[in-house]
Amino acid sequence: MENVIEIHGLTKKFGDFTAVDNISFNVRKGEIFGFLGANGAGKTTAMRILCGLSIPTSGGGTVAGYDIVREPEKIKRHIGYMSQKFSLYSDLKVWENIRLFGGIYGLSDKQIASRTEEMLSGLGMEEVRNSFVSSLPLGWKQKLSFSIAMIHDPRIVFLDEPTGGVDPETRRRFWELIYEATSKGVTVFVTTHYMDEAEYCDRVSIMVDGRIEALDSPGELKRIYGVSDMDAVFRMLAGKARREE
Amino acid sequence: MKDIEIHNVSKSYGKVKALSGISLEVDKGEIFGLIGPDGAGKTTLFRILTTLLLADEGTASVTGLDVKKDYAMIRRRIGYMPGRFSLYQDLSVEENLDFFATVFGTTVKENYDVIRDIYSQIEPFKERRAGALSGGMKQKLALSCALVHKPSVLFLDEPTTGVDAVSRRDFWNMLARIKASGVTVFVSTPYMDEASLCDRVALIMHGKIIDSGTPAQIVSKYPYTLLAVKGTPMYPLLKHLRGMDGVKGCFSFGAVHHVSIDSSKTGADEILAGISAAGFTGCEVRLISPGIEDCFMDLAGRGHKE
Repeated sequence: MENVIEIHGLTKKFGDFTAVDNISFNVRKGEIFGFLGANGAGKTTAMRILCGLSIPTSGGGTVAGYDIVREPEKIKRHIGYMSQKFSLYSDLKVWENIRLFGGIYGLSDKQIASRTEEMLSGLGMEEVRNSFVSSLPLGWKQKLSFSIAMIHDPRIVFLDEPTGGVDPETRRRFWELIYEATSKGVTVFVTTHYMDEAEYCDRVSIMVDGRIEALDSPGELKRIYGVSDMDAVFRMLAGKARREE
Repeated sequence: MKDIEIHNVSKSYGKVKALSGISLEVDKGEIFGLIGPDGAGKTTLFRILTTLLLADEGTASVTGLDVKKDYAMIRRRIGYMPGRFSLYQDLSVEENLDFFATVFGTTVKENYDVIRDIYSQIEPFKERRAGALSGGMKQKLALSCALVHKPSVLFLDEPTTGVDAVSRRDFWNMLARIKASGVTVFVSTPYMDEASLCDRVALIMHGKIIDSGTPAQIVSKYPYTLLAVKGTPMYPLLKHLRGMDGVKGCFSFGAVHHVSIDSSKTGADEILAGISAAGFTGCEVRLISPGIEDCFMDLAGRGHKE
């Protein structure tokens, strides 16, 4: 099976503190990979490396076919990224946001024009094309932000707590978008604090104190730990953490 | 005795109606949860109750004092932990606590018994700058600072947002102990699963209270029969269920889908037969009791249709 992420022995130290401690894993093409861990477990540090924003102290691997040590700039161009905290410019109009991100990812004017039409009709958002993003309901902003993260057809999209603070229905509608995207072959790498969302992933890894303590499908993890839901799995593993942030 | 009374409070920012016609009562000594997503109006209500913002309409009182007329007295009787940390990053743990005690005209020593439980956990680091603390320790310090003057009512605006599942549980354990010491706790959260840890809750969406009461009361009003349905593959199953007769709504809930049905039109057996016939494998259908999240989604959905 083809892997979109292959990581081996990844370690990141800050001074004498080992934030990420020798982690190895693969993410398969088209899967939803949940990247869980308690606050301070090293998730953000690891994710920054996978997104080409930081170089590991040791270990290595590839993301979307590019080397994380030698080709971080290429990684940035070939992945999608979305977080709840930062995604769209609220004082730009819908079409301006699409234009801006299309330009950043190096699409031609012609490509941007056709992607804009495609995206707006796909999302059913033609009539808000000239609206400021700030005026859109949260659910629409999320849909738009997710689509824009994939404007350059990346093989993998990183979602960093995409549903934090969102109402329960909008949160679930967002996951339906994730399913739609993966059914078309996009790989999704997602972090969340909602343990019900961990159940929606094909496979889940749980980081504790810089290491990957468990990695398997939600069903397998529940079986291994003899519990009925992912919340219990998470509490058993993350509860053992000795360090705080 | 009511510690908080809110009567018909509304507040707009320009054209945006942040709160419309909010009425609530919070009993003395209870943990009252204000539950809703970002942008629902939670922080606006907190700012009105803590006398930092005036309502456009309506009245509110805290410990029997009016938020407008008696604001100065209210400020002495409440503790407030805003969503973003209120600590001075370049003061040490001990200096932060001393500062808050002094502002309220008291000393850490005098009220040590109030904060002992929480503060003792971070006291070993009392020389450390607040800015250098971990998230969990900052939270404990902020809570100590909000309690150091022995308030009657403690206001906590989204204390657990962005906090992992293990630390969230620890935090709620601390709240239970604060409640046991006689303090009324008014707390907001976007996490529906925290409702069960409150004595009473209000569900808020788009500036309106869509329901309030004990978690058990809210759940008992859920109008449909609810089923937990499983089958492979799950996402196509979700779409298939939504198209079935008698299905009111269908959403993912962890490892299962929650399907609300009109029991005069369909039932668990019909659903099971239907999805099995449609080719889904490993199908399971079971009758379940709704949770707060099911109720929230139903009530919020009604709001849209009005």
